[in-house]
Amino acid sequence: MGNIITMSIVQSALELGCIYALVAMALFISFTILDIADLSTDGCFTLGCAVCATVTIMGHPILGLFAAMLAGVVSGFVTAFLQTKLGIQSILAGIIVNTGLYTINIAVMGFSSNLNLFGCTTIFTWGKESFGSSWSQLVLALVIVLVVGLLISLFLNTRLGLSIRATGDNPDMVRASSINTKLMITIGLCVANAMTGLSGGLLAQYQRSCDINLGTGMVTIALASLIIGESLIGKGSMFTRILGVILGSCLYRFIVAVALRLNVPAEALKLVSSIIVAIAIALPYLKKQFAFYKAKRIAKEENEAYIQEITAQEQNSRKGEME
Amino acid sequence: MAENMLIMKNVSKTFNPGTVNEKTALSNLNLTLRKGDFATIVGSNGAGKSTMFNAITGAFFVDRGLILLDGEDITYQKEHVRSKVIGHLFQDPLKGTAPHMTIEENMALAFLRSSTSQNAYFSRITGKDKAKFREQLALLDMGLEDRMKQPVGLLSGGQRQALTLLMATFVTPKILLLDEHTAALDPATAEKVLTLTKEIVEQRNITCLMVTHNMHQALDLGNRTIMMDSGNIVLDIAGEERNGMTVDDLLKQFAINAGKELDNDRILLSQDGKK
Repeated sequence: MGNIITMSIVQSALELGCIYALVAMALFISFTILDIADLSTDGCFTLGCAVCATVTIMGHPILGLFAAMLAGVVSGFVTAFLQTKLGIQSILAGIIVNTGLYTINIAVMGFSSNLNLFGCTTIFTWGKESFGSSWSQLVLALVIVLVVGLLISLFLNTRLGLSIRATGDNPDMVRASSINTKLMITIGLCVANAMTGLSGGLLAQYQRSCDINLGTGMVTIALASLIIGESLIGKGSMFTRILGVILGSCLYRFIVAVALRLNVPAEALKLVSSIIVAIAIALPYLKKQFAFYKAKRIAKEENEAYIQEITAQEQNSRKGEME
Repeated sequence: MAENMLIMKNVSKTFNPGTVNEKTALSNLNLTLRKGDFATIVGSNGAGKSTMFNAITGAFFVDRGLILLDGEDITYQKEHVRSKVIGHLFQDPLKGTAPHMTIEENMALAFLRSSTSQNAYFSRITGKDKAKFREQLALLDMGLEDRMKQPVGLLSGGQRQALTLLMATFVTPKILLLDEHTAALDPATAEKVLTLTKEIVEQRNITCLMVTHNMHQALDLGNRTIMMDSGNIVLDIAGEERNGMTVDDLLKQFAINAGKELDNDRILLSQDGKK
């Protein structure tokens, strides 16, 4: 085991886990709270990455992160606009925006399919220079994700946050209590996509490159993290649930790191993520089905005995009549 | 300040116009409620009782006609805007509360309607709010004040409906619409919720419309009885005339005005089991 899990693997898994946790938190808002499958996540992640990379190359790494968030907000707003103002189904709205973003992302990257940030100052190189330690990257990522997580959990307990949560929980009630559901969906998606954009931006600075296909499958991966986190932590206050999401994301990255170490080809990971998500979401349903089949089998055995009993009684009574 | 709280003038609504499923739900409906009126509504299946409520709340916009609430034209006002001053309870007790949020959080949402908290979107639930919620919940006498941190999904249907009533009247609404809000509850709980309704409506002098299928309730509760048929009001009685009426008189009068017998399976069923 010792040479499979080295310190550097743990460290990089935690770093990536923290960065990707922001997307999982975005899905926590859109999928868990608002009950909307936001399929624009893939494109929005790449958008954040591309925008941040471009601004970082210009020499403004911190501005780049804010620009990535702003780009995410705009993307989320468009998705919400399609749903709430143009009557497009939520899943379709996400797919439409995702497709459109491909062109926009390429355009942001100056019509090339990848960008290099080598030699640029990023917040991570800045951190290394200031503190020197090899742990500075992890500390930086952890601080960012914790601060964002704390802000989000505070936000979700404000009256506005409560209104957003109620919109996903019981739209009937929300409409009857003077809350504008369309506005709540819009705000929720903007906040969620801001985090997706930030995550993309951080990744661009972390790996010092940006690729047009970076976001492919991001929804599934983030969902996997979300589900792992929720099954570990379960229900609780908003902050514990968000901590669970961060934990889930780190754990997911850890599994990936170990798999790569065991020479599982990197191409196989997306399939593995898909299977994890499919099983995790199907589990409650399967449990119910299994319980039903079990009950049915037991009942059937009993019923066979009843049927025999009834037939025997009928035969007896028939015999009695004949005599 | 208008003297009439609600005026509906020639309100019409047709669903699925131009198709085989075309249904005239409201046809030239006229209704005026004075401030503090508490009217019960009875009518056949599909008479347009719920449709009338939905027209008032803005779940859809009417085809023709005018709706004035406290002197303000709300005919084309958006649902979430007008619901600020309209309380609406449904038959389904699960409809009025968010199951995965705590009692406290649900009450905080209801409190959002008050004008003081409209600008406080980023405010959180304070200790003072909690004390106020607790005090209100204690009025229900259901022990809910000690369960404020529990998700509403754990409550029984009756408890949820009582909570919904509390939330709908937390900030006094201009009009309270009760759509058979006790019909899905067991008799004892229904009685309790009804008593509570009466107390709140009378104490705060709330203008109220209540759909019921219980003919005795229709005559006992409130100060007016309205009967509906085919998207219109066929009988509207109050005062002396109402006080002297029995259920049989009411049914006879309905048959004369509507030109047919009252046809509502649940009304007939609920008659024998009554005091």
